[in-house]
Amino acid sequence: MIQHRGLWIFIVLLAVAAGVLFTMPVKPVVLWTDALVYVLVVTLAAFFSYVRSKPHLLAPWQQVLRRPLAVAALVVLSAYVVVGLLDSVHFRPPLPQQGEYKGEDKTVHYSVEVLSLLDIVLTPLRNTVERSYSSPLATHLYSKELQQQADGSRVRDYARLKYGGAHLVNPQADYAADIAQRSVNALLQAAVAWAVLVLLWSVFLARRARKKLADFLRDVARGKTALPWRVIFVCVGALLLMITVIIELGLPYHLLGTDKVGNDVLYLSLKSIRTGLVIGTLTTLVMLPFAVLLGIMAGHYRGWIDDVIQYIYTTLNSIPGVLLIAAAILSVDLYIANNPGLFETVVERADLRLLFLCLILGITSWTGLCRLLRGETLKLRELDYIQAATAFGMSNNKIITRHILPNVMHIVLIAVVLDFSGLVLAEAVLSYIGVGVDPSMISWGNMINSARLEMAREPVVWWSLLAALGFMFFLVLAANLFSDAVRDAFDPRTGRGIH
Amino acid sequence: MTSPLLQIESLQTCFATVGGTVRAVDGISLEIQKGQTFALLGESGCGKSMTALSIMRLVPEPAGRITEGSVRLNGDDLLQLPEVAMRHVRGKRIAMIFQEPMTSLNPVLTIGDQIGESVRQQRGAQAVRARVLELLEAVGIPDPAQRYHEYPHQLSGGMKQRVMIAIALAGEPDLLIADEPTTALDVTIQAQVLDLMRQLQKKTGMAILLITHDLGVVSEMADRVAVMYAGQIVEEADRATFFAKPQHPYSKKLFASLPDIKKRGQRLAIIPGHVPSLASEFSGCRFVDRCDDAIAVCRSQSPKWIAAATSGGVRCFKLDAAYREQFPIVEKQVTIPEHTVEPSTQGNKTLLTVTGLKVHFPIYKGLLRRVVNHVKAVDDISLSIPEGHTLALVGESGCGKTTAGKSILQLVKPTAGTVKFSGAEFTALSSAQLRRHRSDIQIIFQDPFSSMNPRMMVVDIIEEGMITQGIGGNAPARAMRVDRLLEQVGLSPDIKRRYPHEFSGGQRQRICIARALAVEPKLIICDEPTSALDVSVQAQILNLLKDLQDELGLAYLFITHDLSVVEYLAHEVAVMYLGRIVEQGTVQEVMENPLHPYTKALLAAVPVIEKSAEGVERSIISVQGEMPSPINPPSGCHFHPRCIQAMPECKTSYPAAHINGETHMTKCFLYE
Repeated sequence: MIQHRGLWIFIVLLAVAAGVLFTMPVKPVVLWTDALVYVLVVTLAAFFSYVRSKPHLLAPWQQVLRRPLAVAALVVLSAYVVVGLLDSVHFRPPLPQQGEYKGEDKTVHYSVEVLSLLDIVLTPLRNTVERSYSSPLATHLYSKELQQQADGSRVRDYARLKYGGAHLVNPQADYAADIAQRSVNALLQAAVAWAVLVLLWSVFLARRARKKLADFLRDVARGKTALPWRVIFVCVGALLLMITVIIELGLPYHLLGTDKVGNDVLYLSLKSIRTGLVIGTLTTLVMLPFAVLLGIMAGHYRGWIDDVIQYIYTTLNSIPGVLLIAAAILSVDLYIANNPGLFETVVERADLRLLFLCLILGITSWTGLCRLLRGETLKLRELDYIQAATAFGMSNNKIITRHILPNVMHIVLIAVVLDFSGLVLAEAVLSYIGVGVDPSMISWGNMINSARLEMAREPVVWWSLLAALGFMFFLVLAANLFSDAVRDAFDPRTGRGIH
Repeated sequence: MTSPLLQIESLQTCFATVGGTVRAVDGISLEIQKGQTFALLGESGCGKSMTALSIMRLVPEPAGRITEGSVRLNGDDLLQLPEVAMRHVRGKRIAMIFQEPMTSLNPVLTIGDQIGESVRQQRGAQAVRARVLELLEAVGIPDPAQRYHEYPHQLSGGMKQRVMIAIALAGEPDLLIADEPTTALDVTIQAQVLDLMRQLQKKTGMAILLITHDLGVVSEMADRVAVMYAGQIVEEADRATFFAKPQHPYSKKLFASLPDIKKRGQRLAIIPGHVPSLASEFSGCRFVDRCDDAIAVCRSQSPKWIAAATSGGVRCFKLDAAYREQFPIVEKQVTIPEHTVEPSTQGNKTLLTVTGLKVHFPIYKGLLRRVVNHVKAVDDISLSIPEGHTLALVGESGCGKTTAGKSILQLVKPTAGTVKFSGAEFTALSSAQLRRHRSDIQIIFQDPFSSMNPRMMVVDIIEEGMITQGIGGNAPARAMRVDRLLEQVGLSPDIKRRYPHEFSGGQRQRICIARALAVEPKLIICDEPTSALDVSVQAQILNLLKDLQDELGLAYLFITHDLSVVEYLAHEVAVMYLGRIVEQGTVQEVMENPLHPYTKALLAAVPVIEKSAEGVERSIISVQGEMPSPINPPSGCHFHPRCIQAMPECKTSYPAAHINGETHMTKCFLYE
């Protein structure tokens, strides 16, 4: 029990958070994908607390954590994950009670708009909706329009933005100074916050390592600590800087501009993170049972079971994946259109489509891993320790769970981590051709899809595409770097793993 | 004295690993004369192969680095040459053959092409073919013109090793480095390959650096011997001196730990422990922890190299004039307790009876996967083992001995025949019934590295069988039993919370034995349990098996290819050839008076350690060729194509069993 203390603390925290949410005057909404994300988080927490109790499982993870690049990737990934998780707690805020019913009707009516914690955090970004396109950090709209002057005359000019740079009295004169001032402020704030954070953290770490603070800091500066704390601190510093820049520049201006209907692009990009993460992780969750179960069964039992499973995945592989996805998504669309009563809100409808996208992506993508696992099991079952287990009279189920499964887990892990970035990119591609997530759902794919028209107009609107690409690029790059490190640590062929 | 061909001076090769710097080769000096065979002898992990790679400058970089010393070939320091020049040395002046012929050849090129590659550097296209054929002829490959176009998978292991030698010879090297060239081969093939190397050496006058762990091979081949231990040479001498009077305690122990018939019933001398990790810092002699004669100075100082009067020398304080007095004058007589009973024939009740056992694997072909033929891996064998006896099943690789063992255990379903074990007919049991009988027979495997689940702790591994079979009571009782089992196999119970990869090969094999003992078996099938281990560790395991037999009255079915182990351990012997038993009897009958020509050839092929100065002039009844495929065994007696005494009737029908004396059975027309 002691070794699972971390897990219990985590579960209690989750319960407390849920409790707090339920006592708030809001109506919690648990979307399907939310529920699955929670399941995933709990599973992962349980997995890692189990890993911590087994030295042979822990060793390769420690090796991953000793690689500076992997740790940097991990910090970036966790920033994404935090945003994604905040965006996975949904609820409906209560509507303000109508005046005439006050005192008579106590029933609270809830808004049809479903918000997430992230929406609350980003309220200033969410509500500052302009009329149309504006470029990053602009004070005026991107295109000229007819304006009525105070004296009644009509001028065709660039209009002032409602929110972006609204605090400037004289934009032409004050703009550059204001930006510079705010940038310096952001830098200073980040520096102070970073110094405080690093100091507190180091005091904690130094105490745990039973060292003097000065010694510990010197070790960190020279990069001589077991975990690359120097890299972690640098990454955290970069993240802090990003946050202060958003606070200083993103609130009074639109840091990444606005899109066609005036939504803040930074807000859209941040909201897209959840969609990308959900596709990347839930798809794997769907695919794993197929791949692991069928792959191991085919390899272990051989004979007709192997034939049937091989037949299934060969058939599935020979159908073009995109066609299958398009067919499935279109039939889900039809179902949604025929049963509008099933969904209380637009978000719930979009969520169902996202879930089905994950399902169908999962169903089309398990074959590769299944084939790998079949091969590995075929190899393992001839090994002496499996033969010894048979000689002890062990049943097939026990042999599979005790001997085969733990010895193919490294392959599963490597496949899952490698697949993640591919799936994030797949979402963008599928949305681009129109069979991805619901058009009402904010995602990088939809942003890129709408950029198709923006790139064609004159002058070009480039920021939405760039923002989507940038956010996707850093996520995929971090995931790839991390998966490289995981593969190196777990692949027995590199010889640094357990073998 | 002419200048030596190869002169190595204080060569040092290091590896940077996670666990620190490993000094794989730590200050080696040796000289090889032209035309000489120099044997480098040592256990695995002592740096022999790394020495060879350092000479060729093939140390895997950047992890490995040659840090010190010089390697002079005819006076040129190879370590100073640029890589371009080194390429001309490799293959032309120094050639190398490796242990594993299976992986040394490229499977997608014909062997003609592969040999041609090393010839082509010098000659034109037409001449290449002629030269390749000449080389194939030289290494004794029959029908070279046809073999030229064949792929490596069409050749047997011995043939592949011959091809490797042909490739090495292509550049007419001055020095051939042979890294365990025959370790992966059967004894009869080993004898052929060694013979070939001797002949080629006579013809071409090249020097050979022979790297091996096998004292027998050294005795047959070498002119000079150097013994390596933990990265250093501890003794060097010419062959006659070395075999007549080994000086270093390690060399002496190596001789003492070899099993043979003279040591039957005795406990083998063992070298306790194992080779120390080369990553550790040594303050004294590297052998000190395993040495019986060690004195205080051995721990505090590194012994110097003491040159012998004629040539060679030893690295031991015992021969150092300054310290010689401190050693006890009479060598400490290590008391070797005898094994109690010679053949433990107390209960003559038959435990296992196998009759007419056949295992045929079908070969499928075509679209409808029709059965076109069978691999007759085991073809009608019968044997019986009484309680407390050891039956050795001897044969070359591919003769079906392992399949026979597994089919007795029903790990492989037999095609026909019966396996009766103390009343129960194993072949007729349902899988549920069989599970209940599983505890009676257990198995120990050859490879101690693949025989345990790397993700389970030792305690879980040992307990597994007990839990499955419901033996050993509740959890605390089981834990006690695990402790007792570990003690029984000579391990400390403290290790039970560790994982298999933390142990050496010998320790792992002990754990495997403990795992098998956990379910209280009556018979253990030992499938080559010592062939993956070093000689000194092999002795430990053989002693343990013998002790356990005395103590628990276990019966063993000992599957092996090593005849010296058979002589030492077995009570009865069955010799297998191509799925059938060709000779069977008590160990005295078969080993001292072999009847079947195959048994005779097997015995003759084993390299013998000659302690005389004369060298090897024994007549080898060598068998030609290799074992045919069990898919299409030769008509009549399976052995007749290789038999020197074959008669016309051998080709037509299989000889019936002939009983000589009471128990000595052989199947050969010579005795009809």
